[in-house]
Amino acid sequence: MSQKILAKVEASSLKSEVPQFAIGDTVDVHTRILEGEKERVQIFNGVVIAKSGSGSRETFTVRRIVAGEGVERKFPIHSPKIAKVEVKRSGVARRAKLYYLRDRVGKSVRLREKRDDVAAAEATAKKAAGKKAAAKA
Amino acid sequence: MTQVFDANGAVVPVTVIEAGPCSVTQVRSVDRDGYDAVQIGFLDKPRRLASRAVRGHVAKLDSRRSKRAAEAGVVAGPKADCEPKRFVREIRGVYPGVEVGGVLTVDLFEGVDFVDIVGTTKGRGTAGVMKRHGFSGQRASHGVKKVHRHQGGTGMNTSPGRVFKGKRMAGRFGNERSTMRNVKLVRIDLENNLLLVRGAVPGPNGGYVMVRQTNKVKRRGGPAPAGGAKKKAGAK
Repeated sequence: MSQKILAKVEASSLKSEVPQFAIGDTVDVHTRILEGEKERVQIFNGVVIAKSGSGSRETFTVRRIVAGEGVERKFPIHSPKIAKVEVKRSGVARRAKLYYLRDRVGKSVRLREKRDDVAAAEATAKKAAGKKAAAKA
Repeated sequence: MTQVFDANGAVVPVTVIEAGPCSVTQVRSVDRDGYDAVQIGFLDKPRRLASRAVRGHVAKLDSRRSKRAAEAGVVAGPKADCEPKRFVREIRGVYPGVEVGGVLTVDLFEGVDFVDIVGTTKGRGTAGVMKRHGFSGQRASHGVKKVHRHQGGTGMNTSPGRVFKGKRMAGRFGNERSTMRNVKLVRIDLENNLLLVRGAVPGPNGGYVMVRQTNKVKRRGGPAPAGGAKKKAGAK
């Protein structure tokens, strides 16, 4: 009963179009920022390392390296401040939370890129030039 | 609790309160009862679970006694003619326009910005002084032995030679009436009879609370409407 009531309340906060992206994706998050009277859009670029919560409380965490220092921002998915989320690149992630990236520095931060023809490409790539593919990604 | 976005896009933590519809089951008056009050009830209770007294309180029940009373010329009070209620409370005061059988809904709160919420806190059983009174406890090391969560001293020496009454100590905590005043009313949902108030309110999820317009002296709300007792639904 109470959950039904909560769902009703949360429904009003939900976006009709939820931005689609996956863990491991490199995204541009367009956030609306109020500067005095004017509103402008700021872009935060980085890797989605986690999603958490559900309903109107769902959030995602974006991590990027700024001047050698890791920066993470947590956004509510349904926030009206989020204009859009653009997927720039899809990375391969084998877990739901990529917190291990926090301990990584330099090259090892990068994720292997997701391919459409994964099966075929990866099979051959692995055999033929596993190292090369890794370097490329 | 849940959260909603305000006009600026900021997240506001809210408690959802299902406020009504409440039936007015009785109006007490100084002449008849010695005090003024309005008795309202929330949520229906199945008749099979309600005692005959409760059923007779909300609707007319025929009985030999009532017949005898009627013959003797005793006029029974008006009945709300509704189902027995789960949560019944009286609100002191005179509220013109509120009559037995009437129904109170959230539109009472239209134009109100701040409310008071009266509820019963969660019972925590026997609790120590740190949890119950926010004492600091004692150190983790430096010779402290097995009294890390204890209070310190409870008084002085030979004079007065006793512990003062009212000294805060461990004991039963919670399950007591508590009033939160000046709670911001974030949103009113007329359609579903819901109130969204900022922050937490006393009691467990699905518990019952009473909501009224705030009576803080510096009243920030609009004109004072009739009070409304309501239940907090689920969503604490």
